Amino acid sequence: MATRTQALEVPAGLDAKPTSLWRDAFGRLVRNRMAVVGGVIVLILVFLAIFGPFLTPYPYSAIDYKAMAATGGIPVPPLSMGHLFGTDNLGHDLFSRILDGARISMTVALVVQVVVIFIGIPMGAAAGWFGGRMDNLLMRITDVVYAFPDLLFIILLSISFKDTWFGGAVDGLLLVFVAIGIVSWVTMARLVRGQILSLKETEYVEAARAIGVSDFRIVSRHLLPNAIGPVIVAITLGIPSAILAESTLAFLGIGVNPPRASWGTLINDGSLWMSSTPHMLVFPAIAIALALLSFTFLGDGLRDALDPKLKGKQ
Amino acid sequence: MTVTDDDRRTDAAVTELPDHVQVATEEGRRLAQQLSDADTRHARKLLEVRNLTTHFFTKEGVVHAVDDVSFEIDYGETLGLVGESGCGKSVTALSLTRLVPNPPGRIVRGEIIFDGIDLMKLSEEEMRLLRGKKIGFIFQDPMTSLNPTLTIGYQIAESARIHMGLSRKVADDRAVELLSKVGIPRSRERMRDYPHQFSGGMRQRVMIAIALACDPMLLLADEPTTALDVTIQAQILDLIRSLSEEFGTAVILITHDLGIAAGMCNRVNVMYAGRIVETALVDDIFERPRMPYTWGLMDSLPRLDEERGARLRTIEGMPPDLLSPPDACRFAPRCDYVRDVCREDEPELTRRDEERHLARCWGTEAEGWIK
Repeated sequence: MATRTQALEVPAGLDAKPTSLWRDAFGRLVRNRMAVVGGVIVLILVFLAIFGPFLTPYPYSAIDYKAMAATGGIPVPPLSMGHLFGTDNLGHDLFSRILDGARISMTVALVVQVVVIFIGIPMGAAAGWFGGRMDNLLMRITDVVYAFPDLLFIILLSISFKDTWFGGAVDGLLLVFVAIGIVSWVTMARLVRGQILSLKETEYVEAARAIGVSDFRIVSRHLLPNAIGPVIVAITLGIPSAILAESTLAFLGIGVNPPRASWGTLINDGSLWMSSTPHMLVFPAIAIALALLSFTFLGDGLRDALDPKLKGKQ
Repeated sequence: MTVTDDDRRTDAAVTELPDHVQVATEEGRRLAQQLSDADTRHARKLLEVRNLTTHFFTKEGVVHAVDDVSFEIDYGETLGLVGESGCGKSVTALSLTRLVPNPPGRIVRGEIIFDGIDLMKLSEEEMRLLRGKKIGFIFQDPMTSLNPTLTIGYQIAESARIHMGLSRKVADDRAVELLSKVGIPRSRERMRDYPHQFSGGMRQRVMIAIALACDPMLLLADEPTTALDVTIQAQILDLIRSLSEEFGTAVILITHDLGIAAGMCNRVNVMYAGRIVETALVDDIFERPRMPYTWGLMDSLPRLDEERGARLRTIEGMPPDLLSPPDACRFAPRCDYVRDVCREDEPELTRRDEERHLARCWGTEAEGWIK
């Protein structure tokens, strides 16, 4: 009996590596098939966004005059004349443009989430930690931003800054990044505030105070790591909305300046040719759908993996 | 170290009188000198608490959690703070480090002189730098007092990094040393472990290591063994005792268990309903307690020489409502020896037979009726 207990204990001890929290979560994540598929597609999208321009023979702005002449100005259909996805009505290679669109979408995803992290987390943490008046003030600001119609705000912002350097920076994308970031951080602020509110009552916060840890350090080193799971999930699930917001704006003609084209721009262009050459609409639509679904599946998977108790809720 | 501190303080106090003493006549000068001598004696204490009063301002009213509590503790001494739940032991300890959650709590009155410094006059930032450095704190429940997302090593080293300005590496070395001091084997490997990989007893050892990280002068141990099983309790108490002796740390041990107090402490303060009701050297209080509440506490301990199956004795009734404490002996409603005077007027803490033995009870005063 004694030896048997021993035999049981040793592997348990060895298994309990310092990274066990993350390893645990990773184990749960890879058992979730949808999340794995989503994760793989996300990785492919990221890879294409980074290396896309090196994979196609055409730059996104190149016009294939020869093909245009051959078809008589009608978009080249897929898999013909050296164009995998065909061309648009101007002779731009659609595959190259979709890859460039992936670049824009991934950049939006990244930059907007950085803005969300840098505004949302400090706001939420300060509101939750200090409470009282500070909480009231910050949360009312959050409410105002939350209540203001997002699209209206972004459109107003783009119009007001259209002709300044700010409106033209990074092919007009900087404005979109900032605008989407400004309307997106509120969810993160509320999430972090809630987390901090519940965590600050824990005894280890009292213990940290008792050894003289400063407020800033308690929040940044002791509390935020405990809130990291929900924050990661919120970031992952926030990415599809940011991509969708950017595409919507592009569809409406706001944001990226031609000749660059976001997926939204491509869909807008394609919608004009929907009946005769549907490929111009179909491919960018598939790209958007794929990106949104894969991030959502990955986010759901992460949520279940990081907090098994939440499974099936939300 | 302690001795030299004492000497210096004595010299300083003899040469200059306290500011508040106005001297006019020769008579006044002599009196002032006596006062000053008295002050010197006081200054030799590590901690002096005078008239500490902590209230909680709740919707229902003001809770008098700690009511006019005064006591002192010598350098290196172990003082027990004993009483039942809700009598103000923990709030007293929190008040000493000014950690009472505010709102709703606030120290409304009192002085806390720690090693010659009036803690009530320090700024929040100065107070923060003192916590952990000069005063260590061990909490009741080791299962929840460690941060689950930080490594054991980080949590022990943090105090040393904040207060001693040690680099990460040096602080880590110190943490390893502390871990082995508190009896954690393979301490260097275990530095990278997380709290969930430790058992309750080991976590309490880690808490002790954290509390002692900066070699504090005072250790506040708030029911350090309540959440542990009995065999581990003894080990943890032994550890606290041996380390406090080794480091020369004074300890305030908060417990509801008189047995623990008897084994660990030099002196014991018995608290009831926010007040100290009896204080004495540990031998005196066990030999000749002078307050019925203390008897009650002792009687309610299980005894080895008792008949099997005999029921544990309890103190009948409930402690008074601290929202509006009566202007009478607060134990009177539960006391077997109660007389009218107990219900009309509250007794003071007065001296009993031995020198440092004080009790708050009409019945055991010199002219009292309890023998």
